[in-house]
Amino acid sequence: MSTARAKPGGLWNGLSLSHKRVVWAWTFLAVPILFYSVIRFWPTLQAIGLSFTNWNLMRPASFVGLENYTRLVQDPLFWQVFRNTFLYLIIGTPISLLISFAIAYYLDRVRFMHGFIRALYFLPFLTTAAAMAWVWRWFYQPVPIGVINGFLTWAGLPQQPFLRSTTQALPAILAPAIWAGLGFQVIIFIAGLRAIPTSYYEAARIDGVSEFAILRRITLPLLKPTLVFLIVFSSIGFLRIFDQVYNINFNDPGGPLNTTKPLVMMIYQTAFKSFDMGYAAAQTVVLFAILLAVSLIQLRVLKDR
Amino acid sequence: MRLRKMLAGLAFGVGVLAANAASAVEIEYWQYVFETRVKAMDQLIQKFQAANPGITVKHTTFPYAEYQTKVAAAVTAGQGPDVVQLFYGWVDGFIAGKLIQPLPKDAFPHDKIQAEFFPIVKAMERGGEYYGLPTAVRSLALFYNKKLFQAAGLDPNKPPQNLQEFLAAAEKTVKRDSAGNIISEGFTLDMAGQDHQWWREVLIRQNGGVPYTDNDRKVAYDSDAGLKALQFYTDLQTKQKVGLMGFMDEAQAAFKGGLAAMTIDGTFRLGAFSSIKGFEWGVTELPADANGMRSNYASYFANAITSRVQGEKLEASKKFLTYISSPEAMELWLQVVGELPARRSAAMTEKNLSNPIYGPFLKGLDYAHTTMFVDEAAQRQTAIDMVNRVLLQNQDLKASLAEAAKAEQAIIDRAAK
Repeated sequence: MSTARAKPGGLWNGLSLSHKRVVWAWTFLAVPILFYSVIRFWPTLQAIGLSFTNWNLMRPASFVGLENYTRLVQDPLFWQVFRNTFLYLIIGTPISLLISFAIAYYLDRVRFMHGFIRALYFLPFLTTAAAMAWVWRWFYQPVPIGVINGFLTWAGLPQQPFLRSTTQALPAILAPAIWAGLGFQVIIFIAGLRAIPTSYYEAARIDGVSEFAILRRITLPLLKPTLVFLIVFSSIGFLRIFDQVYNINFNDPGGPLNTTKPLVMMIYQTAFKSFDMGYAAAQTVVLFAILLAVSLIQLRVLKDR
Repeated sequence: MRLRKMLAGLAFGVGVLAANAASAVEIEYWQYVFETRVKAMDQLIQKFQAANPGITVKHTTFPYAEYQTKVAAAVTAGQGPDVVQLFYGWVDGFIAGKLIQPLPKDAFPHDKIQAEFFPIVKAMERGGEYYGLPTAVRSLALFYNKKLFQAAGLDPNKPPQNLQEFLAAAEKTVKRDSAGNIISEGFTLDMAGQDHQWWREVLIRQNGGVPYTDNDRKVAYDSDAGLKALQFYTDLQTKQKVGLMGFMDEAQAAFKGGLAAMTIDGTFRLGAFSSIKGFEWGVTELPADANGMRSNYASYFANAITSRVQGEKLEASKKFLTYISSPEAMELWLQVVGELPARRSAAMTEKNLSNPIYGPFLKGLDYAHTTMFVDEAAQRQTAIDMVNRVLLQNQDLKASLAEAAKAEQAIIDRAAK
């Protein structure tokens, strides 16, 4: 339609071009916003409401105030799980970033079969976490079927309990989780490395700066946006770790003795094994707060740049 | 005049319609998805409908994981099934949530239930009312690998009958490498499997104790009997070294793989073990104690009538529930699903008892106990953790037992609130 011939009194025609743009933008945004409100935000609010009740599926929910939260604070399992979750985070994130950076740094310089090697690193990322966990579970078995213990006994070393140990189980679960995420991080790091203008390196080399100094003074500072993205991304990943843990110790998930149980699994078990929905909702609210805090802190770091 | 005729005609029409509606009642039956169970129920429904032309039964199934949630949501909303299947351990929750109603005494007289069903049906009784009846029940038995028995110089047709013989057989059949690592188990240790039931309802009783008192609302195993039972169990790994917790990941895998001479498992494992090709296996009753005392753990899914069913639907539901807990239905269930009949007369037939596989399970039913779990997963976890504290952290048996009793009591108390 032509604007010139339209009635001057129409509401739409009364709008300026920039206003029209805003209306159009909101019209298109309305769909995802509505979707997110119904699918994400509304249930989130409901979960917060639920955390103040004692709903257990079978009986109608009744308000219990902060009882679920006080119970949580007094629950030794919660603190154990809390500790485990942060262990996944503070061991997993730095180690995975260190390894993936080292791989990306050197892979970036390799020309021979570069694409093939990169694909090999990326392959585990494509594998289903559940399938991987089941395979690794068998790797960790005692003899005669466990590959790692088979090697140890062949070398004359004592067997290791791995998943059947309260100290070794968490690192043993973390190893495949790190390995699985490596490919993705390597790709992002390589992209970040390629984005640094080569002229900086050329200038530094002409000035005779050492390789280590180049890494410290040029590469790492210019890589900061990539680094922050990966830190936030992998932190959230490790804070939410579930499928690896659940599948690698299928018969006693989070065991032995809860030493590998992350917060997400405690929520799952409280809600869908014990049907203690109110208590599970309270745990979810705590997890939400943790994720929010961690993300905000990391965004703050990003802002400082 | 004409109007009157029309009215009469209308009234007649309505009457016929109502009569038709009355003679064609549809009731809905819910259970979880398990291929053979669904197949068996379809056959039962077909037979029931042929015998009761006025009633149709709609059969609805859900994956096990979401089953309880769906039942609770639907019944509370006034929809869903008329007759529903539930695990015996859920009955308290279902009653508290007003999801099911007591079985009407006219169709299900208590004296008949008590006389004809196995005593474990007591677990469906609350406050003098029965809330459901099972079609089939499950019990435990000792599975043994005849090939490994023979290789160890044991008679493959004479499985151990008491704990002493059991220990001897385990010690003879276990194989270790030069470093002392087990490469084939004498007996599988798997607390996450059925061993916690064995410990709770069998070993504790054989040591002169009871696992619980007060209708399973008070934990009673923090006792000398509980300690001896725990000691017996953990000694299998620490002293006799005939098994290793976590060997081949789980008990059934070790047994299926031919790397375990004995394992304790239930009727529900028969399907998985029937595919074993590499060796012949046998079943025998759980070992008796030195005095010949035996015990067993039995569990079952029961069928109940939901709370809002009334009138003709209630009458139809009563008929249907009567049929699916009849000896005929149990016979069919045994053939199709492989689960044991819940009625003594249907179970303890000459034919069933002499069956080398069903026989030992059936004999176990006669002296079986049923733990009244309030939260089976959580209570099982306390038993798993109790053994793990001893095996992995070298905790003192007595301390670990006391800790388990305390944790389990807390779970029970919380559920009673």
